[in-house]
Amino acid sequence: MAADASTVGSSASSSGGFAPFLVDSLFQRSLDDMIKALRSAPGGESSLIHRLLAEIRREIRSTDSDTKFLALQKLTYLSSLYFLDMSWAAFHALELLPSSVPAFKRTAYLSASLSFHPSSTDLLPLATHQIRKDLQSPNPSLSSPALHLLALSSSPDLALHLSNDLLSLLSSPRAAVHVRCRAVITSLPVLRLTPDSARTFLPKLVEALSPSSPLLSAAAGIFCELVCSGDPRPYLPLAPDFHQVLLECRNNWILIKILKIFARLILLEPRLKRKLVDPICELMRRSPAKSLVFECLRVVFCSFPDEETAFQLAVEKVKEFIAADDDPNLRFLGLHALAMLQPGQSWAVEENREAIVKSLADPDPNIRHEALRLIMNMVFENNVVEISSLLINYALRSDPEFSNEILDAILVTCSRNFYELVLDFDWYVSLLAEMVRNPHFMKGEEVERQLIDIGMRVKEARSELIRVARVLLIDPALLENQFLHRVLSAAAWISGEYIQFSRNPLEIVEALLQPRTSLLPSPVRAVYIQAVFKIVTFCFNFFVNAGVLSDSKCNIDENTGAESEDSSDVTTFKMESLELKKLLTSKSIIHILNLIVTALVPLSECNEVEVQERACNVLGLVLLLNGIEWKTDDVDWRIDGKIREIVTIMSSAFSEELGPVSMHAQKRVLVPEGLELKENLSDLDEILRNNDVPSSLSISFSSRIHSHNEDKEESEPATESTSLLAEHRKQHELYYLPTDKDESGSNEHPRENDVTNAVSSEKTTNDLLKLTDQSLVSRLTKPAKPRPTVVKLDEGVDLPSSSSKYVREPTGDLLSGAVRDVLFYGDETSPTIQNTLSENYTQRKANETSTISNVDSLLKDSSSPREREIGSSSSRKNKHHSQGKERNRNTRKNETKEEKGNRSSARSSHHHGKHKLKQRVESGDPSLAKAPQTQAIQDFLL
Amino acid sequence: MIRAVIVMNTQGKPRLLRFYEFQPPEKQKELIRSIYGVLSSRADNVSNFVKTDAIFGQDTRVVYKHLATLYFVFVFDSSENELAMLDLIQVFVETLERCFKNVCELDLVFNFSKVLLAVLDNFNLCNWLKKLLFDN
Repeated sequence: MAADASTVGSSASSSGGFAPFLVDSLFQRSLDDMIKALRSAPGGESSLIHRLLAEIRREIRSTDSDTKFLALQKLTYLSSLYFLDMSWAAFHALELLPSSVPAFKRTAYLSASLSFHPSSTDLLPLATHQIRKDLQSPNPSLSSPALHLLALSSSPDLALHLSNDLLSLLSSPRAAVHVRCRAVITSLPVLRLTPDSARTFLPKLVEALSPSSPLLSAAAGIFCELVCSGDPRPYLPLAPDFHQVLLECRNNWILIKILKIFARLILLEPRLKRKLVDPICELMRRSPAKSLVFECLRVVFCSFPDEETAFQLAVEKVKEFIAADDDPNLRFLGLHALAMLQPGQSWAVEENREAIVKSLADPDPNIRHEALRLIMNMVFENNVVEISSLLINYALRSDPEFSNEILDAILVTCSRNFYELVLDFDWYVSLLAEMVRNPHFMKGEEVERQLIDIGMRVKEARSELIRVARVLLIDPALLENQFLHRVLSAAAWISGEYIQFSRNPLEIVEALLQPRTSLLPSPVRAVYIQAVFKIVTFCFNFFVNAGVLSDSKCNIDENTGAESEDSSDVTTFKMESLELKKLLTSKSIIHILNLIVTALVPLSECNEVEVQERACNVLGLVLLLNGIEWKTDDVDWRIDGKIREIVTIMSSAFSEELGPVSMHAQKRVLVPEGLELKENLSDLDEILRNNDVPSSLSISFSSRIHSHNEDKEESEPATESTSLLAEHRKQHELYYLPTDKDESGSNEHPRENDVTNAVSSEKTTNDLLKLTDQSLVSRLTKPAKPRPTVVKLDEGVDLPSSSSKYVREPTGDLLSGAVRDVLFYGDETSPTIQNTLSENYTQRKANETSTISNVDSLLKDSSSPREREIGSSSSRKNKHHSQGKERNRNTRKNETKEEKGNRSSARSSHHHGKHKLKQRVESGDPSLAKAPQTQAIQDFLL
Repeated sequence: MIRAVIVMNTQGKPRLLRFYEFQPPEKQKELIRSIYGVLSSRADNVSNFVKTDAIFGQDTRVVYKHLATLYFVFVFDSSENELAMLDLIQVFVETLERCFKNVCELDLVFNFSKVLLAVLDNFNLCNWLKKLLFDN
């Protein structure tokens, strides 16, 4: 850089006798030097930066402005690209501000804007004078950076002090247009910091909103920002101005901003639609700019669902977007636009069904995501089965990330609002089980939650749950996958809780105790062991009771044979219990108890307390049962009190059904007397301070466990070699389940989730397309069987609704209040503004006479029926509108009352006065042509 | 509003940063790292929009362009149009091209403050370049 040479020269001449400065600046690194140094030392960058910073800190204190400039420049570079805080240099930046060298000044402004942030503007007032001077300068290269600083890091004080200068700059005709534009934009942060300045700024900004103004683009940007980020209500009076810009302006950028503004205003004033439909349709038809067309689409889809032609046109345009094969951006935005449609307009989505389904195979993840979202929005009760099954099949062939996205979408959609879409829970439960088979499955937690949730809420689904749980538990391959552990935990819990629905509890116990459960994390293992406990209790209970009842039961069978055949439920139950009875002989129970002992004895010394405790519990039960004589076939022991007692106690412990817990359950519990919940707990501090030693002990304890854990993990790697596994199997044949795969001869464990039939993705999408063809069409078929009841608590509680809210609650921020004061009640709050406003208005009126704009004709159109109305001939439509107007006026009055209750009397008298004034205008009093701005809006809206 | 303009290279090193809302340096670092993580995982022939609600907060969108060794990233909110932002990146790059003649990463490295002051801030705050592009 040239500064390098000049530094040497100037500092040599200026520093004179001050040898340190001379030396410093002679050997000072320039910015380029620094960058080169940084680039040549990529390894030791951090130490270099540290050194450089030390250098800069020294140099920046120099009284020589060249040295300071270079230091500041280097610091700016470092802080911007190496994430260093430079707020400490704020003062030095301000020191350089008054410099007369433009380059110095620019750098000073830049570094000042980087070093001041909202929490540290203490020093900023020091710069007030300098900034003012620069703002007033006719040289754009001086005023621009000053504006920049004001825009980026200003404080309320500074904004207040400089707002007048800013105002004069933006209205000064002498200043360059781009500086004035910049001033307009800078007024946004100033307005936000000092809402009071709205009174002086808004008239100027409104003035800039005219289509002929050179500042229009900046003004449109400002108003868009104001309307979109805050309460749009105060800007409603400007609707005519915006409308005029919409009609006359040919700048796409500005039109986009205006459309954004209208999208917000329409929510407040739906009657604006009628005025907007034609221009928007025109833009959609004519404009070659896709950005503008997309903005129109957004407005139409969000706000004009009932405007037939506009909507039709928009749907056509969306089709064009989605069909843009060469441009993924347009395809994405097309799908994105469709997602904005409200449920009532789903036919538009339906029309694009083919393209949407095809998009599921798009290489772009964004497009796939949007397509998936659209498909999920079209899921209803009658097609949820087909769509979900298809998507699950499709997920098998997708990449891992999208695959999980699909699964997630299905899980969320189906569980929405207590599974409202699911009619057949047997199907849904088996769907969940199918999901688990996906090789990329990672949604363990959600599936776990839903499985247990369904178990608790839907009684009818429990037998299917048990079936699914059995399938999951029995497959040794699933234990390897850490993402499935949560699901297995749910399966184990279900198998313990609802074991009465199982055909073969012993099989499940074997599955729960298989050796490979050592791969599970200990919390899941604990659930496994607890499930064993429950199942053994159930089996034993059944075994004891079945023996006792066997005689009487047979009698019942004989007596009521005919009846029991009638109700199939009873027969199947009996069948099952008979099966169970055959299964649960004393021999098989002894076998199971032995199995439990073999499997759990090692665990009773496990270092995980949860596992250890549960293992000990089960072993205790087994010990207890083994201590009593029951193994003979003799019936007498069954009637013996002791064993019956144990069995009854144990089974009653688990017999109470667990249900879902209401969200408000805690609140309903009364606080017991004498329990202090709100007392200050400061006393505890002292106790805790005294207990330093125990706490450190506990830390060492836990760390010990942790290290053990690690050892264990190391000694048992998740991936065992097949030979080891085979050996293991040979040794512990007893524990391995006789599965079909084993019988086929290979002693290899099957790889879980083996997708063998990999079909090319194109073919799959085509299949999907074909099938969704039928399924997306909503059919009104009666469900084959009635939907089981889903236990719901908290019925009255508001669930978060899935529909997005476009209407943001108006925030009562200061700025919008100030703006409202200016635009609605401008005539009262400050007369000067009113003058400008009305001047502005009349000026426009004058323009309109020469060029008959649409707004003018609008005004005429709307005024003529009112005159007719006054002249006593009133159509229904007019009546309706005048009522609307009346309401509007009333709400405005109400707002006034709410806002300024203490001044309400003055206000209402004013309103009366205004009302009179209005009547006079309506009756055509020429002396009152200078109508207030608000009047024009009312005319416009009607 | 445009919230931030980020230019970084394909190794994730920032070359030009401008946050129009104050962000503390550590936060900036984190944002850059996460946005780089998203961008570097995207293929070349996909759309230029990224969903980044998790990174930059609710209601923000990101448009980026990958040119040579650089990512040009614009972060903005719902008061801007996505396609217009994409055009804006194009204008920005064209402006750089005009300033540096065959612009490359090194130009940005050695002319950091010039780009920041003369090109980016001017063009972002004043709209005058937008006008160049959008006026028919």
